[in-house]
Amino acid sequence: MIDPLFLAEAAVNGLLLGGVLALLALGLNLIFGVIDIVWIAYVDLVMICMYAVYFIVQVYGWPIWAGGLASVALGAVLGLGVHLLIISPILTSAPVNQLLATGGLLFFLQSFATFLWTTDHRSVRLALPRLELFDMPISVARLVAFTLSILVMLGLYLFLTRTYIGTAIRAVSQDREAMALMGANPQRVYLVTSAVGGAMAGVAAALLIIQYAVHPFFGAAFGPITFMICVLGGLGNMVGAFVASFIMSEVIAISGVIWSTEMGYVIAFVVFIVMIFIRPGGILARRG
Amino acid sequence: MLELRNVTAGYGAFTALWDVSLRVDAGEAVAVVGPNGAGKTTLLRVISGLIAPGSGELTFEGHAIGGRPAYEIVGRGIAHVPEGRRIFPALSVADNLKMGAFLPAARRKFAESLARVHALFPVLAERQKQRAGSLSGGEQQMLAVGRALMSGPRLILLDEPSMGLAPVMVLRLFDLIRRVRQEGYTILVVEQNVRQVLKLVDRAYLLEVGRIKMEGRAEALADQDFVRKAYVGL
Repeated sequence: MIDPLFLAEAAVNGLLLGGVLALLALGLNLIFGVIDIVWIAYVDLVMICMYAVYFIVQVYGWPIWAGGLASVALGAVLGLGVHLLIISPILTSAPVNQLLATGGLLFFLQSFATFLWTTDHRSVRLALPRLELFDMPISVARLVAFTLSILVMLGLYLFLTRTYIGTAIRAVSQDREAMALMGANPQRVYLVTSAVGGAMAGVAAALLIIQYAVHPFFGAAFGPITFMICVLGGLGNMVGAFVASFIMSEVIAISGVIWSTEMGYVIAFVVFIVMIFIRPGGILARRG
Repeated sequence: MLELRNVTAGYGAFTALWDVSLRVDAGEAVAVVGPNGAGKTTLLRVISGLIAPGSGELTFEGHAIGGRPAYEIVGRGIAHVPEGRRIFPALSVADNLKMGAFLPAARRKFAESLARVHALFPVLAERQKQRAGSLSGGEQQMLAVGRALMSGPRLILLDEPSMGLAPVMVLRLFDLIRRVRQEGYTILVVEQNVRQVLKLVDRAYLLEVGRIKMEGRAEALADQDFVRKAYVGL
């Protein structure tokens, strides 16, 4: 029998992991919901931003908040770049082309990172205090990452519901053509969306680098789980993705302590496959 | 106000409109009727910029609008209420109206426009916070018209406003469109419901397989075999 304390600790870790996963999934889902394109290379953009934070903080000795802000700015610029250089020219072609193009970007970024920075694992070491809650050690880095993720998602929620352009973004995701009839230039809405989605990748990068080492294949570690969460929540469904993030992170964390980390991922994928059979439209899909 | 001269348009290799000429004067209400597949929807889509004309000229208040994108044309004063209403179902009624006033010029007059829309359609004021997708068909059509009015248009294009509505609701909706007209808007309406729409408009055009086949004053057309042709296209 497993010590309940271990299970509790796993549950807490799952919760903390879920916050950052939700951030990744929401960024990807936002872009998909509006532009109807899955950025296969989304987590690889995160990887590039993680390197940026690493160099700014670890190599040049700037404070972590400066690295974080730079990462957000870089993410937004990368987001704009991806849209303008890769998506925009092939926006009206068959969806498979867009998928292939962003898939190509994935391999480009991986190879580019390997070429420039080798396959060494690099991490940002922060001197953070240790924290214990009911005899459970809690990683302060994870706690900070979780809290900031929640705050950023709250900010995204307010942006999408309280501002004109945010509401327009949601409107475009429901009916692109009707929104053009309202006077919104779809190309501009796409650019704003890509910049916001990219900036979220930048935030996620800053929150991931304080917990995990970065390497050129970081995207391969977090990419599949991020897509799985988006599909499980229902592609384009923000609330669904948020809920699915925590389901997935808890499945991984708890089966991780019961069996092993690898088994945790196996079970997460099994849960995913079963759920897709039961609810193909996502866990929160409206019936009928 | 609006003039089309020899407009041809379609989708890819398929031509839906052939050499269509049509005119709408300021303050008028004009209908375009015709059987299914005659090209009525395509006609409105060319005017509002959702599709570019293959050839021909479109002018609105003296400006050439042919081939301009939809988001530009709405700023010139043409609002299009598309077929099937096309409201944003997951947004609230209030947010739908807010999106109608997306353009900066419309945003400046937001409060004024909203008061006017609420006066015309009080039900939209009552249901402000409700998800637009949960409204009844008639209410959704009112929202679609209200949303179009929020952009501060001078010309309103209505595509099959009575589609999918119960007969009682159709009568009410035509009454409401009459009131919109009395507010001084110019209207170009496409309708299947020929008898009803002829009571609403000043003039009408009969469109058949992409060509204008007949035109005239509504009263004169109401008794002719025009109505039969509009329904079955014979």
